[in-house]
Amino acid sequence: MNLELALAAGISSGTVLLFAAIGELFAERAGVINLGVQGMMFVGALVGFSVGYNIDPWLGVVLAMVAGALLAALHGLVTIHLQANQIVSGLALTFLGTGVALVLGEGLPSGSSPLLPVVTLPLLADIPFVGAVFFSEQSILVYAGYLLVPLTSIWIFRTRPGLHLRAVGEQPSAADALGVNVYRQRYAYVMLGGALAGLAGAYMTMSQVPGWHADQTFIAQGWIAVALVIFGQWKPGRTMFGAYMTAFIFRLSLDLQGPKELFGIPNIFYEYGPSTFVLGMLPYITVILVLVFAASEANRKRIGAPASLGTPYVRGERGH
Amino acid sequence: MSATSPTRRSLLPFALRMERRLESPRGLGALTTIGAVVVALLISAVIIWWQGGDPIDVYAHIVRSSLGSIGVVSDTLVKATPLIFTGLACSVAFRMRLWNIGAEGQLMMGAWGASAVVLVGWLPDGTASFIYLPLMLLAGLGMGGLWGGIAGWLRARFNVNEIITTLMLVYISQEWVKFWVFGPWSEGGFQMTERFPREAWLPRLTDHSDLVSDFAGLTVHLGFALAVVAAVAVWWFLNRTGKGYEIRLIGDNPRAARYAGIDIGRTIILVMLISGALAGLAGAAEVSGVVHRLQDNFSPGYGFTGIIVAFLARFNPLGVIVAAIAFGALILAGREIQPAGIPQMIQGVVLFCVIASDVFLRYRVRLVRR
Repeated sequence: MNLELALAAGISSGTVLLFAAIGELFAERAGVINLGVQGMMFVGALVGFSVGYNIDPWLGVVLAMVAGALLAALHGLVTIHLQANQIVSGLALTFLGTGVALVLGEGLPSGSSPLLPVVTLPLLADIPFVGAVFFSEQSILVYAGYLLVPLTSIWIFRTRPGLHLRAVGEQPSAADALGVNVYRQRYAYVMLGGALAGLAGAYMTMSQVPGWHADQTFIAQGWIAVALVIFGQWKPGRTMFGAYMTAFIFRLSLDLQGPKELFGIPNIFYEYGPSTFVLGMLPYITVILVLVFAASEANRKRIGAPASLGTPYVRGERGH
Repeated sequence: MSATSPTRRSLLPFALRMERRLESPRGLGALTTIGAVVVALLISAVIIWWQGGDPIDVYAHIVRSSLGSIGVVSDTLVKATPLIFTGLACSVAFRMRLWNIGAEGQLMMGAWGASAVVLVGWLPDGTASFIYLPLMLLAGLGMGGLWGGIAGWLRARFNVNEIITTLMLVYISQEWVKFWVFGPWSEGGFQMTERFPREAWLPRLTDHSDLVSDFAGLTVHLGFALAVVAAVAVWWFLNRTGKGYEIRLIGDNPRAARYAGIDIGRTIILVMLISGALAGLAGAAEVSGVVHRLQDNFSPGYGFTGIIVAFLARFNPLGVIVAAIAFGALILAGREIQPAGIPQMIQGVVLFCVIASDVFLRYRVRLVRR
């Protein structure tokens, strides 16, 4: 097992989680939980791959983001205006997105060559270890992921619109009193979240594992993205770290099955086939443990979710 | 008190006025649900048509192949059985706003537990049904309860989001079942266990066709009756017991519940145990009543469909039976519909319309002239 390659693969597949999680982070910062990440990713994956394969890759990326944003707008309509429960609406979005994508994706090819350019950055790739992990032979969208995180951080914590965003998530009535349009802000960020989830899906089917594999494409990625936002305590940097680490652990659970020997002793996962399923539990157990760890840390430091997360805002009503 | 809608389109000659209802009229819940389902079927029809299918054909096929004869009605009830259990599992938890969306995992573990009773070989060959079956159901109930209880304990003790944990436990349970059916319990290298002895099968109507000849070929099994009993029991528990009242109170007003001195943490664990146990029964009944062995992928997502069943029934345990039969029909007929995603898509659209229709329960929506 080559550590550099495994880490590089973790970065590559972690980018899927990264886009989706940053999108969810935006929505939750504005006070709206969107559990439909999985559904929006699925539709983004479908739109991205089918447009990218048949017409033009970059148009595919754009339309995937538009599709994700439109689905998210549906969630916005139901939760922001009709004040339905956000958790339920998100679940519905997951069912809807998955189902629609399965129906419309019927007959697409299951494999293809990567549709987006793979780039090695000239000087940075020569740095020992780091270059091989981060800057060699990665899809162009991986680099977009590197840029997205600092930009998100600056936007949320260092700009006036970011201040409005946080105000809307923490105390919408106060934001409203200051002249911020709470409804418009929530729609905008929920749709931005959807666009990023769509991008995550498109990246997956166009670049990371090119092709339409229907069910197998997303095992739990959308849900793990939601978990990562909690682990990341609604901060982009921590969320990114979580995304890459989780993806690396997923990758590890595959790589450990390969070699005949591990650290000089016979590899049980190689010797006895079914034991690979025990290994397959590892990433999910890790997610649970990490959440326990994050929750107890949050309790200790009194860090919480945005205060209005999950509650619809109704102008002029008490309790906000 | 009236809250006006945040949207104001001055271009239109009329406006939408939304007035908050203090209480919703009797029967409106059922009416809006039916309306929502109708709208959902229309939307689904458009998508099917857009994809190049014939929606009328698809719907006619669903009705014909799920309700067209006594034989297929029996098959529909077979599919509805696990859905009643998982729908109840979700209803109990959702009623208190505890989002157990991992009934699928609890079902898997329940199926595994029931199978273990047969496959560990502690019971001698020829053990009677009345020993096998209760033990299998108990094991299913226990394993499901354990799986739900883990998530409940994590939520109560560490405040870990139960949505994520229950879902992660689904994936863990799937790997767990695969390990056993590919490994220790594999029959000749196939991804399934050996067939259970007849004594470990839940009795089916067709098994009694020597008594009533019309029963021949009807595969509906005792699990369906158990599911109906479970629904009545859950209804009783939620509506007629003190603990049930506490659960409903926590769901409606957690702050009031805390002031009333209810131990919310303990109630969370209890509800997750009950919810998991119900889903576990679904798995036990499925392996014992239908599959007669444990195998990979024996569930086409009964646990997830249970979520929708619960919402369609508005968490009413008796309504769950009706909703489960409707979705049982959809799953049964869906096996033959191409493309394969149609049942799943219809489920999603239905759920969306049902929750969106809730606005009519909370508000009186009126068109007013400007």
